[in-house]
Amino acid sequence: MAAIYSLYIINKSGGLIYYKDYGSAGRMDTNDTLRVASLWHSMHAISQQLSPVSGCFGIELLQADTFDLNCFQSLTGTKFFVVSEPGTQHMEGLLKHIYELYTDYVLKNPFYEMEMPIRCELFDINLTQAVQKDRVALLAR
Amino acid sequence: MIGVGKIKQYSNVLDKPLSKGKQEVSLSAFAFLFSELVQYNQTQVDNIAELERRLEDAGYAVGARVLELLCHRDKGNRRETRLLGILSFVHSTVWKVLFGKVADSLEKGTEHEDEYMISEKELLVNRFISIPKDMGTFNCGAFVAGIVRGVLDGAGFPAVVTAHFVPVEGQHRPRTTILIKFAEEVLRREARLG
Repeated sequence: MAAIYSLYIINKSGGLIYYKDYGSAGRMDTNDTLRVASLWHSMHAISQQLSPVSGCFGIELLQADTFDLNCFQSLTGTKFFVVSEPGTQHMEGLLKHIYELYTDYVLKNPFYEMEMPIRCELFDINLTQAVQKDRVALLAR
Repeated sequence: MIGVGKIKQYSNVLDKPLSKGKQEVSLSAFAFLFSELVQYNQTQVDNIAELERRLEDAGYAVGARVLELLCHRDKGNRRETRLLGILSFVHSTVWKVLFGKVADSLEKGTEHEDEYMISEKELLVNRFISIPKDMGTFNCGAFVAGIVRGVLDGAGFPAVVTAHFVPVEGQHRPRTTILIKFAEEVLRREARLG
């Protein structure tokens, strides 16, 4: 079964505002997650500049030997990315869905401060459900 | 609805029937507006009780207007004069206009004679809101409590209305209960009316 290892959300200045891992594979300590987040932020920005095609929005998919990294950037510059087992399908869909949850349960929450770490109970609950549903869908195939 | 070409001409604007207006607004737009309302009020207060009170006041103004409008639109300028009548008016008519559905339940308090409860599994205003742990029992339903108070007060049933989270067994999310505690004079009048 293809699995999701972890999910990151980084704000427009490269700070990690949400991190969640699923299962023990690929788990990292807090410092490493922060490092990955800011590293990815910079790489993403550089890739836009280096791209041979014009109108490039940055890296969407990074494929490595041991993992795939799918990234989605919203219009405001918030980046969502999932690290998953190589060859995991339909990650774009999942990222879009996570973005939807973010706009609903984080941005519409009066107690959330923009660009700050996300601590919203409803977001956690719905995210867990979304990832689980995704897994169920993968199992069914 | 009257078809095109058959529109009746009214010489006086006051003779026109009161239009029902557009029935629905975007939930997102409302959620953002409500979020801003809470955020603005948060900057004006220094404790949670005060924030709750301000939200309730904002709701009170809505409730007073809603009563006026609905009495005119649905009841031919009459209003309920009995306790149960006004409660079911709030529970069904008001709720339907504001939230598109009737409230989940309307109960009488078991401990006190003067207490009634309107419960809602998921209050519309709380749909996207997660209360931070450090705010304790604060509930944004205070706004809805204010609406209920506005309606009741306007109809001549002064009451203290509060919103509470009530945990439900087997459910992850607590439901919201709007607790209505009527003033003494209301109950005395009600007893006199028999």
